[in-house]
Amino acid sequence: MLEIKNLHVRIEEEGTEIIRGLNLTVKSGEVAAIMGPNGSGKSTLSYALSGRDGYEVTQGEVLFNGVDILGMAPDERAATGVFLAFQYPVEIPGVATMNFLKAAMNSQRKARGEDELSTPDFIRKVKEAAGKLGISMDMLKRPLNVGFSGGEKKRAEILQMALLQPKLCIMDETDSGLDIDALKVVSDGVNALRGGDRSFIVITHYQRLLEHIVPDSVHVLYKGRIIQSGGPELARHLEVHGYADVIADAA
Amino acid sequence: MLKRLEKLTEAEEAILEASERLPAGDVKHAAYAVLRERGLPGRRVEAWHYTDLRNAIKHFPALAESASQEVESLHDLAAIVPAARIAFVNGRRHDPATLPAGVSLSEEITRGGYRDNADAIGIINSLVGSHGVALQVGEGAQAGAVELVHSITAPRTVALRHSVAAGKGAKAVLLERHVGHPGIASHSNTVTALEIADDADVTWVIAQEEGDAAVHMAQLNVNLGANAKLTILVLNAGGLLVRREINILAKGEGSTIAIRGVNLIGGKSHVDVTTALVHEAPGVAAQELFRNVATGEGRGVFQGQIKVAQIAQKTDAKMACNTLLLSDTAEFSAKPELEIFADDVACGHGATVTDILDDHLFYLTSRGIPPRQARAMLVQAFVEEVFDELEDETMREALDARIENWLERNG
Repeated sequence: MLEIKNLHVRIEEEGTEIIRGLNLTVKSGEVAAIMGPNGSGKSTLSYALSGRDGYEVTQGEVLFNGVDILGMAPDERAATGVFLAFQYPVEIPGVATMNFLKAAMNSQRKARGEDELSTPDFIRKVKEAAGKLGISMDMLKRPLNVGFSGGEKKRAEILQMALLQPKLCIMDETDSGLDIDALKVVSDGVNALRGGDRSFIVITHYQRLLEHIVPDSVHVLYKGRIIQSGGPELARHLEVHGYADVIADAA
Repeated sequence: MLKRLEKLTEAEEAILEASERLPAGDVKHAAYAVLRERGLPGRRVEAWHYTDLRNAIKHFPALAESASQEVESLHDLAAIVPAARIAFVNGRRHDPATLPAGVSLSEEITRGGYRDNADAIGIINSLVGSHGVALQVGEGAQAGAVELVHSITAPRTVALRHSVAAGKGAKAVLLERHVGHPGIASHSNTVTALEIADDADVTWVIAQEEGDAAVHMAQLNVNLGANAKLTILVLNAGGLLVRREINILAKGEGSTIAIRGVNLIGGKSHVDVTTALVHEAPGVAAQELFRNVATGEGRGVFQGQIKVAQIAQKTDAKMACNTLLLSDTAEFSAKPELEIFADDVACGHGATVTDILDDHLFYLTSRGIPPRQARAMLVQAFVEEVFDELEDETMREALDARIENWLERNG
């Protein structure tokens, strides 16, 4: 379970507070959608949860299964099960995708005191997961994300998620830059990972994604706070009426 | 007029003294006069502006004397690619039982020589150098690889001259390696003349892994024929003071030149790579790419000169030098120099200095990779890209392994 209590986050470089007293609880196994207009703090929230440098938490706490993760470095958070699916996955020339995947999986295993994967086991796992997402081994021979199309990058993110088996998946505008077919592949990939105690925070601007990944709860983020929470019907309401009346109600 | 020096340095005196005990000759005589009158070049000599040789060489060790069994020390040195090994241990040559088909030893004794008064490597070599090896790759031969391994095991000087000639249409792979020993203040000086005939295809690999106290000066002088292909791969991963010069004279039309290099500079190393490409024939394509990593108090220099004569129309010359500075005390200087007298050419150069990108680091760490390992992966990626396109996978993997070895020791 994830409990965010009175979270305040400032972007160090600009000195401006973006998240201003955010409260949110996501239960084990729950898929929580966070929607909000541009500039409401969606990406800042995802970076603050994953521990990116430059996003300074000035107040509040984030408990993940009872443990405060705010003092942890990004790699330590990852090892405890936090995963951020990036809105814009970066291209890293020269780093072979397979080497990266192996380093990531084995680093996390090591941090948890588990044995490293043997190369055959690793390749078997990758082949299996990649096959389900329609990712060719050819694509995995390329440097990480380099020359991948928008859809390929997002699929590669889901592949990492499938391989790393995180406990908390933060999906930052996963639908951006995807056509309908790619959206379906990515959503199916996410839905296949739903279940058990794995929680999701699905950050999106549009309701479209939520037709494919049906959330358990929907929260409206505005000016760094959750101003309204509800079920999937809230997302449909926003799609029809926009954010204006929800914002007006909260004011 | 340069003022005659009032006083020579200890090293300059030592070079002159060492040369006096060697056989006389015209070239040596002339080189002697240059060194005695001008000393070694310092920062006021343009070609040495970033590498003040006069002040950097405090001491010139005595010439090495070697014993024949010393080659044993190289038994554990793995090959970069399977190759016939000619080893020079403390200057003494050890030939392999057989040379690859198509390659033969030439009777020619390589003579000294220097281009001008600023050619300090050539001048020192002319003064104290001796014949190394002369190899011939026969016309049309598809020769197996030959490795020239240099090792100095004592604080001594070894200066050698090699010559290699690749005949018309020959295909050859040569590996020039320099291995060292930690803490040994050796001085190596190696001058190699490489003649490449028309239609030949030569790959020349330079792997310099001298010890942390070694002075390493080396020069590769290439004469390139027509429609030939020359690939030079450079790895500098050692030495205290390193000057590597590559001079290419493209005399024939339509040749292709690729120089790809990695300079790994750590500790208190000073590594200078100076290249000069002279285009004297039309339609030659040349690409030069160096990636450098400087850490600790390492200092790097790249000087890339491209000269295009008026006759050399349709020259296509590109040069890039990218550096990753990993510490506040590391430095890198890049100096491109273009002299173009032809009007229909495409010449370009670019030099960048960067640090590891936060975006990249965060991406890797957010997947659970510890920062130290993530950083090492990114540094490795930055330099290994240079060899990514190598067709010879064995060679690429071997060079990558040498890079990884350095990064582990200096990470």
